[in-house]
Amino acid sequence: MAEFLMPKLGADMTAGTLVAWRKKPGDAVRRGDVVAEVETEKGDIDVEIFTDGVIERLLIQAGEKVPVGTPLAVVREGGASAEPVVESTVPTAVPFAPAAAQPGAAAPSAAPRPTVSRSLAAGDISRLRISPAARRLARELSVDPSKLAGTGRGGAITLEDIQAAANARGVSVPAPAPIPLPPLSAVSAPKALPTPATDRFASMRQAIAAAMTRSKREIPHYYLSTTVDMHASMLWLADQNARRPVTERLLYGVLLLKAVALALREVPELNAVWDNGRAERKPDINVGVAISLRQGGLVAPALHNTDRLSLDELMAKFRDLVNRTRAGSLRSSELSDPTITVTSLGESGVETVFGVIYPPQVALVGFGKVVERPWSVAGQIVSRPLIVATLSGDHRVTDGHRGAVFLAAIARLLQEPAKL
Amino acid sequence: MTKDDVRAAVLRVLMRIAPEADPAQLKPDLSLREQLDIDSMDFLNFAIGLHEEFHVDVPEADYPKLLTIDGCVNYLVAAAENQGGISGDVPF
Repeated sequence: MAEFLMPKLGADMTAGTLVAWRKKPGDAVRRGDVVAEVETEKGDIDVEIFTDGVIERLLIQAGEKVPVGTPLAVVREGGASAEPVVESTVPTAVPFAPAAAQPGAAAPSAAPRPTVSRSLAAGDISRLRISPAARRLARELSVDPSKLAGTGRGGAITLEDIQAAANARGVSVPAPAPIPLPPLSAVSAPKALPTPATDRFASMRQAIAAAMTRSKREIPHYYLSTTVDMHASMLWLADQNARRPVTERLLYGVLLLKAVALALREVPELNAVWDNGRAERKPDINVGVAISLRQGGLVAPALHNTDRLSLDELMAKFRDLVNRTRAGSLRSSELSDPTITVTSLGESGVETVFGVIYPPQVALVGFGKVVERPWSVAGQIVSRPLIVATLSGDHRVTDGHRGAVFLAAIARLLQEPAKL
Repeated sequence: MTKDDVRAAVLRVLMRIAPEADPAQLKPDLSLREQLDIDSMDFLNFAIGLHEEFHVDVPEADYPKLLTIDGCVNYLVAAAENQGGISGDVPF
């Protein structure tokens, strides 16, 4: 038997709210399957399991908030066929917890319903990809956003979708509602509306504050900087992109990420976490990418095995990761697995980043803006696109010399982009 | 497809990228990057969105022409004229 625990999705997380189960007792699961959804300030996270087996029992109901490390379910290990498990303490159909339920709205009844049929669960409303403005408009126009198929990014419901729904209703008969839906008041009820955007941003701010305070209190940072000639990389990229359809083009950020990942193979002590007073090197290179959110805040989820992905694979995964991060739809491993973080603030116009390490990681790489500047090549002054790469290192784990070797490796790798 | 139709479609693509934005507040002659805090990934998604909507493949070298809503509309209309109609479902 194994236990499926409330994961720690970030250095600062102490507890999480189970939003919904995706599996029920008797279901076979494989490593990497999404078993539950947990609400965090980074969105509702799809939590994966790391055991093959069969779900034996669910220990926690949707809507409950429990500390990190709390067993959520019992899993019988191995793929062996299970006798059907009849669970008595927790019904197969998990009604959402009273705390999350709105009286009268989709009242959890004794009637079982499939665990994953979440159309009426309070948790489901939180899964709606909808902006605060669109949510507001929906309320004003009495449109139930949970009935709409969003046309925005990641299926987000846009202002236009709401307007279109209201217009359609205005000129035609109301769309038949095969399933009774909770009254709209359920959507705006304090508890049933899980994390209005403002709350989420406030708690994300708190989480960032906690992590950064811990970093600056505990980690003796050292900082290094080097200027990298991006001439070869930018030429190669422009040439590639000129020959590619828009759907297959690369961003230069992908070259930076791959160069960082390959440089980590040369200086593996930077690919580590600080745990219980000692550094633990990580075998996999999972570069965390700092992604700013549209309405403030920051998440740095991992691109797994960055060093082993081709530039095309990396670009596809990077794009998907950014889109899902901004839509609030990440997987647990993406939040718990980064082994280093890369932040690129060039878009905002800054030239040099002095980064703060995200604990328990032991290094952070920063990139500034690509700028055209005079540069000396073989004794001649020429104009070159330059970028400043910086390393913030944990001095408990590495010294400046190894950090310098690492930055030099990044600079060298970016001179031969075709080999990345 | 009139110029207004093109404009409406451009806004539709834009709203998929910045769903929180109010299209009525957008200034057609100001940089979208600044008005909507768009980064290079958003911009790539925008270019892909235009590709899906209008079936035009905007070369990277032409990206600067797409930095405002007016710029997008003019570019797409011109592209249609040059190509004898944008090869979408609804020709100009």
